[in-house]
Amino acid sequence: MDRIYFDHAATTPVSRKVLDKMMPYFSDVFGNAHSQHGFGRQAIKGVDEARSQVAKAIGCLPNEVYFTGSGTEANNWAVKGAALAKKAKGKHIITSQIEHPSVLNNCKWLEKQGYEVTYLPVDSEGFVIVDELKKAIREDTILVSIMLANNEVGSIQPYKQINEVIKQYKGCLYHVDAVQAIGAIKVDVKDIGCDLLTLSGHKFYGPKGVGALYIRNGLKIEKLIIAGAQERSMRGGTTNTPAVVGIGQAIEDAVANMDEYSTHCQTLRDRFINRVENEIPMVKLNGPRANRLPNNANFSFDFIEGEGILFRLDLAGIAVSSGSACSSGSLEPSHVLQAMGVDIVLCHGSIRFSFGSANTIEQVDYAVEKLKEIVKFLREMSPLFNLNEGESKNV
Amino acid sequence: MSNGYNEKVIEVFSNPKNVGKIDNADGVGTVGNATCGDIMKIYLKIKNNIIVDAKFQTFGCAAAIATSSTATEMIIGKTVDEAERLTNADVVENLGGLPAQKMHCSVLAEEAIREAIKDYRAKQK
Repeated sequence: MDRIYFDHAATTPVSRKVLDKMMPYFSDVFGNAHSQHGFGRQAIKGVDEARSQVAKAIGCLPNEVYFTGSGTEANNWAVKGAALAKKAKGKHIITSQIEHPSVLNNCKWLEKQGYEVTYLPVDSEGFVIVDELKKAIREDTILVSIMLANNEVGSIQPYKQINEVIKQYKGCLYHVDAVQAIGAIKVDVKDIGCDLLTLSGHKFYGPKGVGALYIRNGLKIEKLIIAGAQERSMRGGTTNTPAVVGIGQAIEDAVANMDEYSTHCQTLRDRFINRVENEIPMVKLNGPRANRLPNNANFSFDFIEGEGILFRLDLAGIAVSSGSACSSGSLEPSHVLQAMGVDIVLCHGSIRFSFGSANTIEQVDYAVEKLKEIVKFLREMSPLFNLNEGESKNV
Repeated sequence: MSNGYNEKVIEVFSNPKNVGKIDNADGVGTVGNATCGDIMKIYLKIKNNIIVDAKFQTFGCAAAIATSSTATEMIIGKTVDEAERLTNADVVENLGGLPAQKMHCSVLAEEAIREAIKDYRAKQK
């Protein structure tokens, strides 16, 4: 069997249609989108179209869309920019314990600058506890930043309830990191009620190196990248025209195909989850069974460590990702699973499988068979897996 | 693979030697803990002060499994004193190197062998 890619939450391939749309903008339409001449005007046409495509996809106006170099940059900008702009009102920020590092580490940075940050806990399924938000929010809270859907366990956050709480506090901004959600679930800034929203092109079959930040009209946040007149003087740097054209086409396609795509992914995911739970003993599905991204499955396999599973799957041609410490190079296992209260040994044995458009039922079935062999092999090697000899699991 | 492991490490991880346990082992050593993500258990069979067999069980990453396999291979046939002098640097050298963040895994192999020898010596008394 050909290589199998089950890591769409990490990145997706650029679709053929998007690539074709981008290609002329590398050499033929190479002008600087900010130049006054015909070359520049040709380029800005592509950028303008992309801005309209993004705006239409998320239900805002084109002049509320600002292109960035990544989702990470957009998160940096939203969090820092809002905090700096609102510091006269207050210095309290609320986020959750399961955010992407691009939000979490900016909050930590802001703490060093004299801001106070509340990191909201989540329940065992990975949902932010709204009552905790009610307790934490106060008059000097200037920003609440909570992701729309979690990248590791796929939990879709209760954004409407969150917004109900926030809107009672005038002047408190609501930022939503929607990076994992585009193309999988409906993302509409009016429906969410947010002031700021982050997205990233390569998560929905667009190119890498381009993201966007929605900034509600009338809201002023501080700039992150300061330079000239690009992005209406809000984000410096020559516009990456091919990438911007690409993200525009990608999001238009993602929204147009959303129902079909999410049904396809969910069919594969549900089959995968059912087979794994029925055919491999001592597994735990991390994350919720409802209100979960249609393409996400995350399992912990008791008695074994995630990296071994990941590499053995890789040797079998199956690409997945691991929340275990060892494979990511850090010593701490997944902060998301830990926040959910997953046993730390099970955190070490967690694997994320994220499905996408090119995946098939046959691939899912093949992967399940391989996974069964690998888990059995690694368990036989594990000193924790000697139950019948009466040895303690906790060495 | 873009994980920083060289081909030798991947080969050893893919086909580890000496996996399992030894019944009535002369020395058993366990180091690490599950919270940190690594546990290594080494079993030794010793005759006339020579390590005639060594097996391991490891809960851990690819580096932990590869170093367990290589360390057991390196001590079989050695005297107990020689085996006790095996260092993590010897194991890493045999594997052609490990990524920097994985070096702590190789220390476990060295420590597990020393624990097993300590257990053996204690039983001799």
